[in-house]
Amino acid sequence: MSTTALINHYATNRATTASAWLKSWLLTVDHKRIAILYLISINVFFLLGGLAASIVRLELVTPQGDLMSADMYNRMFTLHGVIMVFFFLIPGIPSVLGNFLIPLMIGARDLAFPKLNLLSWYLYMGGGLFALCAAVFGGVDTGWTFYTPFSTSYSNSNVVLTIAGAFVMGFSSILTGLNFIITIHKMRAPGLTWFRLPLFIWAHYATSLIQILATPVVAIALLLVLVERVWHIGVFDPAIGGDPVLYQHLFWFYSHPAVYIMILPAMGVISELIATFSRRRIFGYEFVAFSSIAIAILGFLVWGHHMYVSSQSVYSGLVFGFITMLVAIPSAIKVFNWTATLYKGSISYRTPMLYALGFIGLFIIGGLTGIFLSVVAVDIHVTDTYFVVAHFHYVMVGGTMMAYLGGIHYWWPKMTGRMYNEAWGTISALVVFVGFNLTFFPQFIMGYLGMPRRYHVYPQEFQIYHVMSTAGSTILGIGFVIPLVYLLLSLRYGRLAGDDPWDAPGLEWRTSSPPPTFNFETQPIVTEEAYAFQPEAAHL
Amino acid sequence: MATTPHEHGHNPALLHHFDTPGQQKEAATLGMWAFLVTEIMLFGGIFMAYMVYRWAYPAIWAAAAPHLNTPLATVNTVVLLVSSLTVALSVHAAEAGNKRQLVLLLLVTILLGVTFLGIKFTEYGEKFAHCAGYASPVAWATGGERLAEPECLVPGANFLFPVEALAAEGGVTAAVATAAARPGMKTPHQLFFFLYFCATGLHAIHMIVGITVMSVIAWMASRNRFSPAYFTPVEIGGLYWHLIDIIWVFLFPLFYLV
Repeated sequence: MSTTALINHYATNRATTASAWLKSWLLTVDHKRIAILYLISINVFFLLGGLAASIVRLELVTPQGDLMSADMYNRMFTLHGVIMVFFFLIPGIPSVLGNFLIPLMIGARDLAFPKLNLLSWYLYMGGGLFALCAAVFGGVDTGWTFYTPFSTSYSNSNVVLTIAGAFVMGFSSILTGLNFIITIHKMRAPGLTWFRLPLFIWAHYATSLIQILATPVVAIALLLVLVERVWHIGVFDPAIGGDPVLYQHLFWFYSHPAVYIMILPAMGVISELIATFSRRRIFGYEFVAFSSIAIAILGFLVWGHHMYVSSQSVYSGLVFGFITMLVAIPSAIKVFNWTATLYKGSISYRTPMLYALGFIGLFIIGGLTGIFLSVVAVDIHVTDTYFVVAHFHYVMVGGTMMAYLGGIHYWWPKMTGRMYNEAWGTISALVVFVGFNLTFFPQFIMGYLGMPRRYHVYPQEFQIYHVMSTAGSTILGIGFVIPLVYLLLSLRYGRLAGDDPWDAPGLEWRTSSPPPTFNFETQPIVTEEAYAFQPEAAHL
Repeated sequence: MATTPHEHGHNPALLHHFDTPGQQKEAATLGMWAFLVTEIMLFGGIFMAYMVYRWAYPAIWAAAAPHLNTPLATVNTVVLLVSSLTVALSVHAAEAGNKRQLVLLLLVTILLGVTFLGIKFTEYGEKFAHCAGYASPVAWATGGERLAEPECLVPGANFLFPVEALAAEGGVTAAVATAAARPGMKTPHQLFFFLYFCATGLHAIHMIVGITVMSVIAWMASRNRFSPAYFTPVEIGGLYWHLIDIIWVFLFPLFYLV
């Protein structure tokens, strides 16, 4: 089969029957199609997780438990946590944007292992199915952390199904990470040296390292919980001398690095957006690249800061706290370098840029409160309060979510060939920003004042903050629905984007939108560094 | 420039998205190495648990380990080490393009793997037979010789660590030991045997996967799918086999020789 025939086949890919069309999607090994499968499924999970969050917020409008029982409330916030963490935040940016863009950005025809990539998607869906079954059959009430011995011996909910879901999803994550690492090592176009790579690639490389090193550990920890739950024998059972805190160590050894699985790809997206919309090479490129690797490495050394109150010795708490503060250094390197890139840049406030600037603001708040929490004394005071809830939502929603939306807008023309509606885009970005802050900023205050997390009844004095938060979450929800509508509409009514709507220099813009099956008509050869913006284009 | 994707009719094993067979082979090999790292981290969780509890209960560990069948495990260790040799030789045979030798060595490897599993399940069978009150799996099946001293080293409701061994741990009087030794006794001895079953069980699952992989590779070899220019599956399958072997090399002393 000649190259031309293949490209024509893709361009006129109108399968004649419905089953052929279905096969062309469900059995595809094309990284771009798999990315779109992920895009659809991950957004469905996001909507489900968001629905659970809305129910939680609705319950919290009044101090009494009037919408549901305490038990139901436990199941609802667990559903929210499990879906958002395992099925949205962890796979979100890597599996959608990473999958679509990594081969394009490095000038390759596909990922190194296309079939493995498809398998990852099926594992993701399999894991998701388990988790959804668990929810349908009555839910699970352990929180997304599955702490023993509650999860192994006492909980009367679908722990086994949910853990099986997280376990299976973990292998999807491992295989994706493995695929990215090998692809980045072995598939780069001629001339594309490591220091010519876009920072998006560096960020995904660091993420993938965490995925393949940390995920197996939580897999075995969850497997041990599963065995203990099913056969009532296990290593975490205090009755036979086992140590439940060992579970927490194994769990957080993954789950702390996992928050960097969530935020590092987001930082990669932000680097691309900031460069394109200020039309400057990222200031301190090498520092930003290595700060990703530094965050990945430091991320493995700080899990104990989740366990200050779990019988861990004060001394190890202090050490974990100190290393946690060190994470602030590479994070600050990124923020300062992005800011320096803006300086004297030719800034245009398009929708992706609004999300990127929103990210910087929110990430600073999320990151700085992270430093508060690394201090043992402060952390013990606010342990299990809304202060912690607000902190990690600022990083995960304010960070990862903003970057995900910004990235989807930025590469939407490449993925679909159509432009989204810029006016609605601007509105949605502002609505999300306002809604987000109204939802989560009051949570810092009430958390500091002592409102504990995971309670559905609370003293009258906290009601004002809860009402503000629920109002904010409603606005936030609207902010998420608006893009859903106009992005879908753009598929039909959007203006044709052309190959390079942003006049950006990356390799992904050097091919058609959407790209042909093998990405490039001819093998690209790279002769310059990343973000080489043409000076004269700055006036456009 | 302009290496078009489909100008490689000369090598049917070269996939469309790679430029050269060398690139494809490097990717596959690096991919397997990365996968082996994840396997080590997976077993790492169990090794961590082992470390924590051995440090917490050294005397119990010392008392429990002799209750495993060390002679059988030693034979198994030899079997696995020999299988690693045959795998290494099979890669060599593939490199030399010697198909007969390659298939033969792969079959020997599979046979050794199956032998390992057979011996392993004999060991497991012994433990379960003891719980049922019989001296050996054969006696259990035929209703033969009963176990003189009650003993059940399978963790769970019937777990029973022998009394004299409990007393021998020191610091425990015979009376206390007798009082403690009831079926389902909740002592850290269970942790040792749980970890033993978990670690060797997970290892056995990997053996089953390894034997399946080797069978597919042997089948491919017999169908002339490999040549001195292309034998990547033999090589990366061999890497996987060596890893399973190495994990056993750690499990053996940690459980049988403490």
